[in-house]
Amino acid sequence: MEAIEKFRIETREWLEANCLDSMRTPQPENEVVWGGRNASFKNPDSKVWLERMAERGWTAPMWPKQYGGGGLNKAEFKILREEMAALKCRSPLASFGLSMLGPVLLEFADEHQKMEHLPKIVKGEIRWCQGYSEPGSGSDLAGLQTRAEDMGDHYLVNGQKVWTSYANHADWIFCLVRTDPTAKKQSGISFLLFDMNDPGVETRPIKLISGSSPFCEVFFDNVKVPKRNLVGQLNGGWTIAKRLLEHERAMISDMWSETYSLEGLAKEYLGEQDEQISDPLLRDRIAQLNMNTQAFQLTLDRATEELKSGKGPGAASAMFKLYGTEQNKSRYEILISSLGAQSLGWSGDGFSRKELGITREWLRSRGNSIEGGTSEVQLNIIAKRILNLPD
Amino acid sequence: MALVLTEEQSLLKETANEFLQKNAPITEFRKLRDEGNADGFSRELWQEMANLGWTGILVPEKFGGLDFGYPGLGVILEETGRTLAATPLVSTVLLGCSAIQLGGIPAQCEEFLPTIAKGNCLMALAFEEGAHHAPNRIVTNAKKTSNGFQIDGEKVLVLDGHVADHLIVAARTSGAADESDGITLFLVKGDAPGMNRTRTAMVDSRNSAIVRFNGVEVGKEAVIGEVDQGYRILEQVLDRGRIGLSAEMLGSTQEVFGRTIAYLKERKQFDVPIGSFQALKHRAAWMFCDIELSISVVLDALSAIDERPEDVPAMASLTKARLSDTFFHVSNEAIQMHGGIGMTDEADMGFFLKRARVTQHLFGDAPYHRNRYALLGGY
Repeated sequence: MEAIEKFRIETREWLEANCLDSMRTPQPENEVVWGGRNASFKNPDSKVWLERMAERGWTAPMWPKQYGGGGLNKAEFKILREEMAALKCRSPLASFGLSMLGPVLLEFADEHQKMEHLPKIVKGEIRWCQGYSEPGSGSDLAGLQTRAEDMGDHYLVNGQKVWTSYANHADWIFCLVRTDPTAKKQSGISFLLFDMNDPGVETRPIKLISGSSPFCEVFFDNVKVPKRNLVGQLNGGWTIAKRLLEHERAMISDMWSETYSLEGLAKEYLGEQDEQISDPLLRDRIAQLNMNTQAFQLTLDRATEELKSGKGPGAASAMFKLYGTEQNKSRYEILISSLGAQSLGWSGDGFSRKELGITREWLRSRGNSIEGGTSEVQLNIIAKRILNLPD
Repeated sequence: MALVLTEEQSLLKETANEFLQKNAPITEFRKLRDEGNADGFSRELWQEMANLGWTGILVPEKFGGLDFGYPGLGVILEETGRTLAATPLVSTVLLGCSAIQLGGIPAQCEEFLPTIAKGNCLMALAFEEGAHHAPNRIVTNAKKTSNGFQIDGEKVLVLDGHVADHLIVAARTSGAADESDGITLFLVKGDAPGMNRTRTAMVDSRNSAIVRFNGVEVGKEAVIGEVDQGYRILEQVLDRGRIGLSAEMLGSTQEVFGRTIAYLKERKQFDVPIGSFQALKHRAAWMFCDIELSISVVLDALSAIDERPEDVPAMASLTKARLSDTFFHVSNEAIQMHGGIGMTDEADMGFFLKRARVTQHLFGDAPYHRNRYALLGGY
């Protein structure tokens, strides 16, 4: 038997033996496991599942084994994904450490930093947040003003971040700071790691139009950061920042799970005639969106096939971020149209849990094309880096 | 799933590109149009394509073909789309050869496949009768006679119908006008008595004809597949046509997009290249995304024909709808972004706009295929 087929069989057997029954059901939003010092496991099985997967390094299947990863090659990783999908296994851990920070630490960090941080990410012991946007620098990220002054044996950080996802639950932050105020703006930025428990760090959640508070403001008042927590070169942080954004875009474009069947809900709320959605215009919109979703998925698959091992997602990630988020917004617009007045509730009687949920998710989806770089920024990146159009 | 070309397919694509850029660039297409060439294509070029094996690309080796499958034909069609090469590849290979392979009895395969592979037989598929794509709406009648059938009626948009040596004709042998049951496919000789062919001058100079049947006699052996059961084959042939034509449209779309991007970098207004304006950049970037998605669906649809027959109908509709919309949009933008120069006959942009219009319509436009995709999806 070929080694790769043997791997498939072993993987299947291990998953069948170790993935608990409740971990083979669709994952509700409130059972997503984020890990961290104060990790909460609404479903106790998810703790067991995380520990078993982390033990094998399969929360980070392609990371090298010396940092706690699974050490799988591309073909093996593909098999693991396929076998997990076949058994409907839940993802054991959702984490910015896994999807964003880890890949850039592997590329840019020194050995000591890798050994310190990567294994804790794999095990879900430390939860990370992303200190990027500031009140004055959203799309113009490189204009950020949070300062880190060289105090000899440490950096002193002062300033403010905003739109920091789940900062109120995070243990550590990877943070862009200005270390040279006199240089051209991209050339004066560094990439720092520090503990959210450090004195001088304060977070405040921001309430959104959807009623939820996934984002925070984060304030830094004379935070002391050891010099060994600088990743890469001093003033060389922008390269790392951009690469991390590519990973973030790849993650966001891959994120949309299709929880609702558009055609199913449309039939439920608008009725059907000869098994067709009775409103022909909405039916046409749904067909178009489903076609685009399929075409987009095929394009993600094609990119995976084309991706040479070790190469980052590159400029194409801008396209995936753009298309994935715009499509998700369209999806929620159609869901809202299908529900009609049943999509207009905020809380309480008269609306089902599902209806209220869709309304909140619709509101939340409006942010998709803003966070992680607006759609307009993605279009600029495509025009500049792929089409080579002049500035 | 094959979303990247194999080495063989890449090589074929390169060869096709070189051959067509050299022998059938857009200037040749323009010449055929301006000279009013009676065939509408070069028979000499067709023979050279046959020598390269393109006419036999779908044909099994035992009948003298290359047996290279639909992804192989797809890369060739894509390249013909780039140069707008006038060839009977769609009518003869994509539609004709597919129909014989899907529905032909052994004797028909033995008669037609080797001559198609040699480039000695031009085929045409005659099915459309009205202004809108409706392959089941067939009133052309085939009445049973003592020796076979007698066909009466009229077909429109018959690609290469004016030059075809043999036509495959969808006619009604029973049932009402809109029913898919009761349709039969017949092989009819190009010079059959009672058949009248009129070449139609199309806006994009694509070769097409109106074909009238006045008591055209055919024998029983002319039936492809079974009497009354032709629709099943016709739909399969049309799905191949939709996917293959989409590959051609993809080539044209990429070409017109490439020319437009080049123009944005070169044309200056207000002392700067117009490609530096964000109003144009963003539209160009959106087109890039739509073309990327189009590349993926065409590749997947082509490989589905050979590997996943159950997926073909939905993939054909998805692909034809997407390419219809994308080609139309990109060719419209090409004219707008070229400004006045794009409106001139001398610039080639108009060729692409016109070709987009015609290919959009052929084998069903985007709304037709969204409807079909929804029906196939059970909604």
